[in-house]
Amino acid sequence: MSKVRVLVGTKKGAFVLTSDGTRKRWKVSGPHFAGWEIYHIKGSSVDPDRIYASQTSEWFGQIIQRSDDGGKTWKTPGSSPDGMPKGESNMFVYDGVPGTHQWYDGTQHPWEFKRVWHLEPSLNDPDTVYAGVEDAALFRTTDGGKSWHELSGLRKHDTGPKWQPGAGGMCLHTILLDPSNPERMSIAISAAGAFRTDDGGTTWKPINRGLHSQYIPDPNAEVGHCVHRIAMHPSRPNNLFMQKHWDVMRSDDAGDSWREVSGNLPSDFGFPIDVHAHEPETIYVVPIKSDSEHYPPKGRLRVYRSRTGGNEWEALTKGLPQRNCYVNVLRDAMSVDSLEPCGIYFGTTGGQVYASADAGDHWKPIVHDLPAVLSVEAQTLP
Amino acid sequence: MIRVVLPPHLRTLARVDGEVELEVKTPASQHSVLDALEARYPMLRGTIRDHVTHLRRPMVRFFACGDDLSHESPDAPLPDPITSGSEPFLIIGAIAGG
Repeated sequence: MSKVRVLVGTKKGAFVLTSDGTRKRWKVSGPHFAGWEIYHIKGSSVDPDRIYASQTSEWFGQIIQRSDDGGKTWKTPGSSPDGMPKGESNMFVYDGVPGTHQWYDGTQHPWEFKRVWHLEPSLNDPDTVYAGVEDAALFRTTDGGKSWHELSGLRKHDTGPKWQPGAGGMCLHTILLDPSNPERMSIAISAAGAFRTDDGGTTWKPINRGLHSQYIPDPNAEVGHCVHRIAMHPSRPNNLFMQKHWDVMRSDDAGDSWREVSGNLPSDFGFPIDVHAHEPETIYVVPIKSDSEHYPPKGRLRVYRSRTGGNEWEALTKGLPQRNCYVNVLRDAMSVDSLEPCGIYFGTTGGQVYASADAGDHWKPIVHDLPAVLSVEAQTLP
Repeated sequence: MIRVVLPPHLRTLARVDGEVELEVKTPASQHSVLDALEARYPMLRGTIRDHVTHLRRPMVRFFACGDDLSHESPDAPLPDPITSGSEPFLIIGAIAGG
């Protein structure tokens, strides 16, 4: 019988949740890296027991961790045979002179590395991983995380001086790899927008046409949009779904143009967005009241599902708190498994991880007292 | 012999219990102590000071003999009780956040 492993990054460590394919009884292990922020933890699709984690701290900086046994044991890549870790795997150094970007007050501010927000393992090679970092840039390892090198064509894009930090910092938080075209990759930055490369990361172009953001001087500007998250179904890499600071958007041409599909959502502000594993037009969001009130409207935690690729949304409420709930769901804190029916998972800033084993119709908490959840990634195992 | 006390998270990362003892040429400075510490425990590179600039991370502090040395020159000689090993050199995570 298939199994599911859910990798959870929190403000105070990582947790690994496992179940058989029924997804009824869960085993919880952790905290791993207790006391550290785990911004993201994700396994390779080529070798699911190969898992990478971004362990970070405002005090002590960035650590990269790797497991080769499904999360049971961890080491920093490049450790000596006796397990003694080395420091190279934690070096994220910008290529050349970093330059400046726009700061909160409108002045220019130097690029400064702070942390890794997102780790995206290659679709073909367990030793190759992309890292989206703050201040926004894209790094890659090809040696299993021992060393990281910047794909600096992105940061050096002509628009770089116009990029600015969102409330969470100027982070590169989304990396989408096109399964049909290894040269194509899309990324998103708060608050710059979405960018795409068609030559393996050498050159990039902004893909923000159709986005409209009232909080920047030119609402239709080429860059400056606070994109919160983009999702894609692997069978349809030209269809992209975006949760923006406000507005849920979709593109049918790999980001060349976007149109709004917020439809009947009670609020089109939110952070995560994801796609059903077997239905490329079924998408999920978690509406949040507003940019200044980061909790569900009316204190009711509701996932919204559209089976029409947007515009027509239904509230999914069964098993979710429908009163006095004031948590948030962060951008990397939703994921799907590929079992039948599709499982959906999300974590909250209140420390709950909810699971649905029937595509969102019914929900149950797997755990409800973890530290604030930063990221959730589901793995479907044989 | 210089005694260094690491904050708990860095003790975990470096897999050490208690104090670290380092041989450092005299006159020892913050700079030379940290060089010796990172040579012995390479996983600490980047956690106390920047990988490239070697500037102290903003939320790390250095205390010794009841004084805060965080803003002293990294090359200034450390107090005699530190170099003699009678007092430890304390590396502290600043009290902030939760």
